[in-house]
Amino acid sequence: MTDTIPQQPAVSVRDVVRHFGRFAALRGITADFAPGKLYVLLGENGAGKSTLLRVVAGLLAPSRGAVRVLGSDDIRAVATRFGYMGHAPLLYDEMSAIENLKYFSALYGINDRTRCEDAIRTVGLDPALERRVGQYSQGMRQRISLARAIVHGPELLFLDEPFSNVDVRSAKQMTSLLAKMRDAGTTIFVVTHQAALMEPVADECVVLDAGRLVAREPGIPSRLLTPYLAEERAALRGKVFHGSMEAEP
Amino acid sequence: MTSAPGIWAITRRSLVKDLRLEWRSKDAINSMLFFALLVVVIFSFGFDPTAEESRKIAGGLLWVAILFATVVALNQTWTRELRNQVLDAYRLSPAPPQALFISKTVGNFIFVSVLEVLMVPLFVVFYNLRSVGPLWQLLAVALLSTWALVVNGTFFAALSIRTRSREIMLPLILFPISIPALLAMVDATTSILTGDNSPIFWIRLLAVYDLVFTTVCLLLFEPVLNAE
Repeated sequence: MTDTIPQQPAVSVRDVVRHFGRFAALRGITADFAPGKLYVLLGENGAGKSTLLRVVAGLLAPSRGAVRVLGSDDIRAVATRFGYMGHAPLLYDEMSAIENLKYFSALYGINDRTRCEDAIRTVGLDPALERRVGQYSQGMRQRISLARAIVHGPELLFLDEPFSNVDVRSAKQMTSLLAKMRDAGTTIFVVTHQAALMEPVADECVVLDAGRLVAREPGIPSRLLTPYLAEERAALRGKVFHGSMEAEP
Repeated sequence: MTSAPGIWAITRRSLVKDLRLEWRSKDAINSMLFFALLVVVIFSFGFDPTAEESRKIAGGLLWVAILFATVVALNQTWTRELRNQVLDAYRLSPAPPQALFISKTVGNFIFVSVLEVLMVPLFVVFYNLRSVGPLWQLLAVALLSTWALVVNGTFFAALSIRTRSREIMLPLILFPISIPALLAMVDATTSILTGDNSPIFWIRLLAVYDLVFTTVCLLLFEPVLNAE
C-alpha cells in the first residue's frame, strides 16, 4: 500500500466577503481549487467574478475571510509564481509591445529579451512590431496583455475577460495556449462571458450569482453555454403569451 | 520560477521607463514650462522693480512659480500610471514599492531641474538679477529645495491618486506641509542674492527637512500604493 499525500489547493478561500460601501460584491465564498486545472468562472454582470479574482490576486483585500494562494497567506510572498490579466490591459500606451514586456519582466527579475519575444510570439504577434501599444487594436492589446501575464512563467494564472474584443481565430489560439499551459501544470482561472470558447478545454466551471458561489460542475454543461439566449427565448415566449391574451376579446 | 528583483535595478528600470514616456508624450514638461513661463511674464509686467528690489523678491517669485509648476508635473506622474490600470501590474509584481517611489521622485527631480535650468536665465533677464552671494550656495539651495518639493509632492500625489478631485487635493495637502521648506528656500535664495544674511541656517534646515521627509515617505509608501 502506498501513502498518498493530500494535494495542497492552488487557491483556497474561506468565507470571503467583500463590500464596496454598503454593497456586498462577495457574500461568504468558501472553496478550494486543486492545482493543474483550468477553471472557468461564469455568472452575470455583477455576480462577483472579477471581484473574486482581484481578491485572490491580492489587488483587493477581503472585508472578511481568508485567502490562501499556493500555500501562502501572504500574496506578496508568492508574487513571482502567479500572473494576472485584468479588464484593462495593464500596459503603457506610449511604449511598444517589447518595451512593455521588457519592463514588466524586469519587475520579476527577468532581464532576457528573448523570453519577452517568445511570449509575444506565443500569443500570435510579431515581436518586431515597433508600433506603440496605444495604436494597437483592442484585440492585439488583449493578446499583449496575456503575454505580459505569462512572461515570467507563472504556475497560477488569473485571466479576467481575456477574449473581449478578440476575433474568433485569435481567441481559439489563446484557448489552445491556455490548454497547453494547463497540461504543463499551470492552474488557470478564466472569467468570461464567452463560455463556449472555453468549453473544449475547461476542467470545471464555477458559477457565481449575486456574490455567492452557486455551482461547481465538471466541464461546462451545455445549459450554461448560452444562458442569455435561453433567457431571451423564455422572455420572448412570455411576451407572445401575454400579448395573445391581451389581444383576445 | 523567478526571483524577487533588487530595489536599485527596479528603480533604474522604472526611471528609464518614466523618462522614455515623458520624452514621447512631453505631458509634464510642456505643462510645467508653460505655467512657469506665464508666472514669470505676468509678474514682470505686474512689477517694475529696481535691481535691488528684484534681488529681494526674486527668491519668492522663483520658488512660487516652481512650486505651482511642480504640482502640474506631479499630477501627470501618477495619472499615467492610472491609464490602463498599469499601477496594478506593479502592485502584483514582487518589485519593492519603494523602488517605484524613488524612481518617480528622481524622475520628477529631473523634470523640475530641467524647468529650473530653463527658467533661471529668464528670471535673470526679466528681473535684471545679479547674485551678491556665491553661486555654489545657490546651486545647493536649488538642489535641496527641488528635492524637498518633489519628495513630498510625489508622495502626496500618490496619496491623492484615487480621489475624485486629485488636482485640487494635491495642493491642499502638499502646500501646508511644504511651508517650512518653502520658507527656507525663499529665505536662503534671498539671502544669497542680496548678500545681507548668511543662508547657512536655511540650507541646514532644508537638508534636515529633506532627510526627514525622504525617510518618512519611504516608510509610508507601501500602504499608500496598496490603498484601495
